[in-house]
Amino acid sequence: MKFKYEIEGGNFSKAGNASSEVKKILKQLNVPPPIIKRLVVALYEGEVNVVAHAWNGCIYVEIEPERIDVKIEDKGPGIPDIEQAMQEGFSTASQAVREMGFGAGMGLPNMKKNADQLNISSKVGKGTIVELVIFLNGKR
Amino acid sequence: MAEAGFYHALKVDDELCYGCTHCMNVCPTGAIRIRNGKASIRADWCVDCGECMRACPVDAIYVEQDDFDKIFRFKCRVALVPAVLIGQFQSKVTEAEIFSVMRELGFTHVFQTEHTAGLINRTMIEVSREAMQKPVISSFCPAIVRLIQIKFPSLLDQVLRVKPPIDASAVYFRKRLEDEGIDPADIGIFYVTPCAAKIAAVKSPVGEEKSPLDGVINMSFIYNKIYRMVKNRHNNSSISPGEMLPLLSPRSIKHSLTGGEVSGMEGRCLAIDEIHNVIEFLEKLENDEIEGVDFLELRACDQSCAGGVLVGGNRFLTVERLHKRAVRFEGVADIPGDIKAYSNFMSKNLGIGELKPRSMMALDEDMGEAMRKMQQVRHLMCFLPGIDCGACGAPNCQSLAEDIVRRESQLSACVFIQRMMEKHSKLSGEHALRIIEKIWGKNRLDKNCNKKGAENDSE
Repeated sequence: MKFKYEIEGGNFSKAGNASSEVKKILKQLNVPPPIIKRLVVALYEGEVNVVAHAWNGCIYVEIEPERIDVKIEDKGPGIPDIEQAMQEGFSTASQAVREMGFGAGMGLPNMKKNADQLNISSKVGKGTIVELVIFLNGKR
Repeated sequence: MAEAGFYHALKVDDELCYGCTHCMNVCPTGAIRIRNGKASIRADWCVDCGECMRACPVDAIYVEQDDFDKIFRFKCRVALVPAVLIGQFQSKVTEAEIFSVMRELGFTHVFQTEHTAGLINRTMIEVSREAMQKPVISSFCPAIVRLIQIKFPSLLDQVLRVKPPIDASAVYFRKRLEDEGIDPADIGIFYVTPCAAKIAAVKSPVGEEKSPLDGVINMSFIYNKIYRMVKNRHNNSSISPGEMLPLLSPRSIKHSLTGGEVSGMEGRCLAIDEIHNVIEFLEKLENDEIEGVDFLELRACDQSCAGGVLVGGNRFLTVERLHKRAVRFEGVADIPGDIKAYSNFMSKNLGIGELKPRSMMALDEDMGEAMRKMQQVRHLMCFLPGIDCGACGAPNCQSLAEDIVRRESQLSACVFIQRMMEKHSKLSGEHALRIIEKIWGKNRLDKNCNKKGAENDSE
């Protein structure tokens, strides 16, 4: 089953809406709560990243009996050094974003922690694609 | 644990219900449907928050439980009274007077629910220091505990497993009476409840084998009785001195009001009242969007217990009066002296058992089957108009689609689908009317000048 959510860059009041929608679907599918939690936390971090850094983006979620695939694709500044961005505490978020309680530099590390597979590709000045997988049979 | 029968206190009076959609539209868990012209509440989805009772234009939703007649089965008849009952009276009516009137009604003992609030507060602080996951959530409001069980099961581990005052005080006073030499079989403890959720909590307790209470009494019922008797006394100017009661501290008096628990807790604490506000916040909490909060006080009613559905008085006045009363008791200790002697006993009896999820969200237990059903729901949504009018007897198109997949309704229940079916000659006008009568009751669309707002209404 496929779902698609558009994300608006800079609109923090809507950050988290897509994650909530996906959470509702997973609850209806009787996915075990710990798995829902991992997926939603990873997804929310990804959603906030798009809102905080990109101009706009899209979340694609595909749910199958054994796995959930998420692709978060944005048009934005891109990430020049992905390895550096994966380090805990590294952040390029503006002061304004930090004051709202975002941009602590835990986004990507947190996604890695919660996803079974994580793949990031980025083109500076164009945008970023984050792909993550969570397996439903509990095997990480 | 009463898994099979999930008791709920709110009932529909079929005589009074005329099948409108007010309750169905306000229910925060989507538990209400209209069938045969009457509202019906899904027992396992209902958290007894009372929103439907507030919304009903003809008082057709009522609280069934009232155990007042049962008190005389016991020799020792204890009333457990929450502060919000007192808060409904003007300040010239004293606590002692209210309690002496209650004894005239037949109670042998009158105790205050918040007597154990200070002890509970101290225990909650201790338990939350040990908590693995923050914020911890208070178990005070039974509607909220149920809401978390059915809608936010992943947060259940964060609910503090400490008894709320009603249970803690019932356990405490029962023990004291037994120690005075009263036969346990002779003791009946009755809680004067401001809301429906506490009735359900007594009748099918969560995380407990059996409630420590023997019954509940509807607060609006007892308020009217007390009010009349107090008024008579004042008219006869025979003001009885009543008896001296153990005093409550200002914080205990305010314990059941919004912010009442937060004021005594450590760290960053939030108090949130009204069930939709709570749902909105729990959604965020579940997404891990909330950081650095240590404690959550969550109450289903606006203004917490002062806004309970069975509290007759205005909730804002009740809050103001209790604040004023609290000022008079400055300096009273949060933990009363008489409890200190029982601190060993209480520390063994303040805990509650495991809270089990009762998820109502899943379309099917089996994940593969649930996926198949969700596909069907999404397919049905292609046809439903998305107007969310409620004319099918479900609160919105999504609910109808889910009901159809659960085989509890059919696509032709939608009046707009009926139109399309008629257009394609797949449904006769006669048949369409029969479907509508099945949902909204026989002859429902006939002219009737006696209905609400019509020519002969209120004549």
